[in-house]
Amino acid sequence: MTDHLLVASGLSAGYDNTEILHGLDLTVPPGKITVIVGANACGKSTFLRTISRLIVPTAGQALLDGKSIHRMPSRDLARTLGLLPQSPIAPEGITVADLVSRGRHPHQSLFSRWTRQDDEAVDSALSATKTFDLAERPVDELSGGQRQRVWIAMALAQQTDILLLDEPTTFLDINHQIEVLDLLTDLNHTRGTTVVMVLHDLNLAARYADHLVALASGRVHISGTPEEVLTEETVRQVFGLENRVITDPISGRPIMLPIGRHRMAAVIDDETGRPSQQEKRA
Amino acid sequence: MQNATIDVVIANRRERVRRYAVVLAGLLALVVAIFAVTLSIGKTITPPGEVLRVLLGEPVPGADFSVGQLRLPRAVMSVLAGLCFGLGGVAFQVMLRNPLASPDIIGITSGAGAAAVFAIVVLSMSGPMVSVFAIVAGLGVAMLVYGLSFRNGVAGTRLILVGIGVSAMLQSVIAYILQSAPAWSLQEAMRWLTGSVNGAQLDQALPLLSALLVFGGLLLSRSRDLDALRLGDDMAAALGTRVAQTRMLVIIAAVGLIASATAATGPIAFVAFLSGPIAGRIVKNGGSPLIPSALTGAALVLAADYIGQHLLPGRYPVGVVTGALGAPYLIYLIIRVNRIGGTL
Repeated sequence: MTDHLLVASGLSAGYDNTEILHGLDLTVPPGKITVIVGANACGKSTFLRTISRLIVPTAGQALLDGKSIHRMPSRDLARTLGLLPQSPIAPEGITVADLVSRGRHPHQSLFSRWTRQDDEAVDSALSATKTFDLAERPVDELSGGQRQRVWIAMALAQQTDILLLDEPTTFLDINHQIEVLDLLTDLNHTRGTTVVMVLHDLNLAARYADHLVALASGRVHISGTPEEVLTEETVRQVFGLENRVITDPISGRPIMLPIGRHRMAAVIDDETGRPSQQEKRA
Repeated sequence: MQNATIDVVIANRRERVRRYAVVLAGLLALVVAIFAVTLSIGKTITPPGEVLRVLLGEPVPGADFSVGQLRLPRAVMSVLAGLCFGLGGVAFQVMLRNPLASPDIIGITSGAGAAAVFAIVVLSMSGPMVSVFAIVAGLGVAMLVYGLSFRNGVAGTRLILVGIGVSAMLQSVIAYILQSAPAWSLQEAMRWLTGSVNGAQLDQALPLLSALLVFGGLLLSRSRDLDALRLGDDMAAALGTRVAQTRMLVIIAAVGLIASATAATGPIAFVAFLSGPIAGRIVKNGGSPLIPSALTGAALVLAADYIGQHLLPGRYPVGVVTGALGAPYLIYLIIRVNRIGGTL
């Protein structure tokens, strides 16, 4: 179970002289799945990298249980907060079991022996991600979907109560995207892990999020339940895209249909409520 | 069921550790074997019994000189330099996740070499002071290359290109100093251009051994963090590694190793560059390449010196032989990079 509280308050950060986050305030609800969406370069990745200490904020604070993340001992932080970056690197020839066991890094030191607890963590990470049968295979021989499951297994072996994931579904086929998101939801349900992830696909975000956050130009534009956040107005403001939001008959969550300049035969006319041949203007 | 799977996990882990130990033992045995061969088989063959007696300090007519004075210092310096080059080289390659980021490609070896030549020829220094001079210059070059290639963090490709440029400049500095040293013997000059263990003496061994223990120890104490860096800087940081601090310590330790070895034997070409990738091939399944690479470096220098002394027509310094081995691999790497398209 997890009741660690992760809070960003007035967080500003960026690279070199370019500030990307401008005083971002966000409270991550413990034990829930939080999904962050937003247009390119709005600071989604920068936010994850700042709260996991890869970037030092220029103003404001990232707090874990009230303590500044940037002043905590790095190993203590790594036992509570895990991050799966966008493009981690698998050393050449490394096997799945070996890679997953690297997740135990913050729990070990130069002279400490490998413990039963470490083995149990690796075992349960492999089982939870259904990568047990791959354990002896070299990671570089796996398919994209399998590889992503292995990386998640590694993050699981770290046994953190909070897990941050930067676009965990990018480059995956749709079936593997669903598989990864289901896996993370299982994890949240069974272990109570707080999941915070950046997703590109708004509809998947709305389907899997308990708490949806839309960022725009380095600040939280709106946050709340998917129903509160994924609205036509939000999409228009955050992405500058004309759209319709309807209810997904499968999940009951909102689903967004983009409106472009072409193929708009079935646009629903606002006034008549019937399909119209006319293109909708902003 | 739960027990069954964890038993598999434990068995897998033990098998990994066992396989790694076998690799280490094999490499160690290889180094010892080549070491023994270089001591007993040269122009004349000295029986192993006599070699042992010389090593134990007993007077053995004839072998005293050929083994004790000629072969032993040579072999000892080869091993020490090989260990230093192998360990220092792979540390850079692992840290920057790029086989081309080896100290002999990115100018650190040339920097240490130029400083050593300058210290010896122009300042008439000798002994440990030369090493200190070389280490300081090596660190200076490392910082220079690092600084010049820094923009939003260090990109491997940029660092390598800057390093190759700096290296070329320093090579010309070495050539210039050697040219303006009138009394310089050709053999000594060769030493600073390609590296050699000709004229090695046992009293050179102690400073190099201390450097190996200090800097090698520092590096190995960071081996877990260095291993985490192989997963990418972000992943390493997420696992609790202090990336910037680790990098700084690794640079100091690796430069210390490379510069000390360079000050003692000259820049034995491509040993730092070759050892890591060869060790990686031997270890294969992702285990730490640090110690395997050090042993590979020792085996490379020992074997290359033996080949250069006894198996080729004429005698060549060890650096000529390792250079002939390393150049094709460098070309292969560059061709591969070209084919993959950009990212080294």
